Amino acid sequence: MPEKILEVENLDVSFDGQNVLENINFNLDKGDVLAVIGPNGAGKSVLFRALLGLIPYSGKISWQAGLKIGYVPQKLAIERDLPITVVEFLGLKSPTKENMLQALSSVGINTGPEQEHHLEHHILNRRMGLLSGGELQRVLIAWSLVDNPDILLFDEPTAGIDIGGEETIYNLLHELQDKRNLTIILISHDLNVVYRYANSVICLNKQQVCFGEPHSVLNPDELSSLYGGEAKFYHHEHKNNDHTQKPD
Amino acid sequence: MEINYLQILSGVFVGLASGYLGSFMVLKRMALVGDALSHVALPGVALGLLFNFNPLFGAFATLFVGIIGIWFIEYKTELPAESVVGLFFTFALAVGLLLTPEEELLEALFGDISTISSVDALLAVLLSLVVLLIMRSISRGFILGTISKDLAKASGVKVARQNLVFMALVAIIVAVGIKSVGTLLMGALVIIPAIASKNIATGMTRYNWTSAIIGLVSLVGGVLLANYLNLAPGPIVVLTSAAIFIVTIAFKK
Repeated sequence: MPEKILEVENLDVSFDGQNVLENINFNLDKGDVLAVIGPNGAGKSVLFRALLGLIPYSGKISWQAGLKIGYVPQKLAIERDLPITVVEFLGLKSPTKENMLQALSSVGINTGPEQEHHLEHHILNRRMGLLSGGELQRVLIAWSLVDNPDILLFDEPTAGIDIGGEETIYNLLHELQDKRNLTIILISHDLNVVYRYANSVICLNKQQVCFGEPHSVLNPDELSSLYGGEAKFYHHEHKNNDHTQKPD
Repeated sequence: MEINYLQILSGVFVGLASGYLGSFMVLKRMALVGDALSHVALPGVALGLLFNFNPLFGAFATLFVGIIGIWFIEYKTELPAESVVGLFFTFALAVGLLLTPEEELLEALFGDISTISSVDALLAVLLSLVVLLIMRSISRGFILGTISKDLAKASGVKVARQNLVFMALVAIIVAVGIKSVGTLLMGALVIIPAIASKNIATGMTRYNWTSAIIGLVSLVGGVLLANYLNLAPGPIVVLTSAAIFIVTIAFKK
């Protein structure tokens, strides 16, 4: 019997009398990877913010008690002149040095002994505001990992990361799911990613259009009702598709 | 030249605390809030002068009313703190100018540390220590909240409560600083050390403490220089910190 760690029932969110999310219902078991998909303005990030308790909502969101949630926001505008360095930023969570290096290497920042100089001067002691978009995104993901969360909320984890980096981060997602049985909720625009990594998917367009396993709910009809018009998706078979199957 | 040790003692602590707190105000883009807030103290200072009680307490009273009012309006309306402060400080300045007896107006506006009593000095030292300790203890959550409110809230920081505590610290530092530089020039004591420090410091911790040290040097150096030149201390303190700022431009990283 899988362990249920999140239950969402009749969730409504409205801003200034306008419904942004309406009647959302889903639940999440430990170790699940849930993908949230939908067009722009569908309320994906709003769902995250409600799950994190950052905005008022009506309905029920109940997390298993004592969970530690890691959160990676979609983007973070760091002012260039903010004098905080990467090591100080990660240090806000007071991790051990080992956890910090582990988190950085997880996101594809090299932490081996030969890289020590590069790591010290070009990453750790660099101002956050001077990092490139991709570097910043990796540091943010490292931030979410540094205190060993039970569940991760990723708002488009690959926005602004180049292809090589994207691979690393999805490999990381995979690793976290496989090795540590970490539960992950991610917002993604990339349906390939959903097929490869998620074992359940929720389609949003203010209302909940679908919820279930990607292979059974993501058919052309659902997708066109979600994105409108002639949205097409060609499903490529991937060698590691099997990984997305949950061991029973 | 005669050195007044009470002035130096309170200068050391007020300088450190205002520089340290100022570094966080500048981070939060609240530099001018401290300046504006000091004007909110004016009606309180005036009441103290009119009714013969320590103006410091009058300043506290009106500052706290002001801060809570600002926090509440900001929380209710989501107007930026800056514009709400704009409302309060012009209102308070108008009331303060009407209330302050004319012969006392100059001291209320520009301060006079040369008349500091031992009670005032002791209060200044204690309150500065309180500001330093509390700010240090909330600094992590505060820095995170400056980077992203959502990230801070998601990490369990009580952002609204923390902002209220922060504003209270600003009120305390403004009230104790008024004796040194007056209500009109208080802004310099929190803004200039911080931006000078920003020019030269790498990293957050160094930035915060360099600002504290520059605050100390400006206040103590300015008071000594004013004694030596027999000029009013308030303006000389501000000029000293401005001079330090100009020097740091040359070393800008």
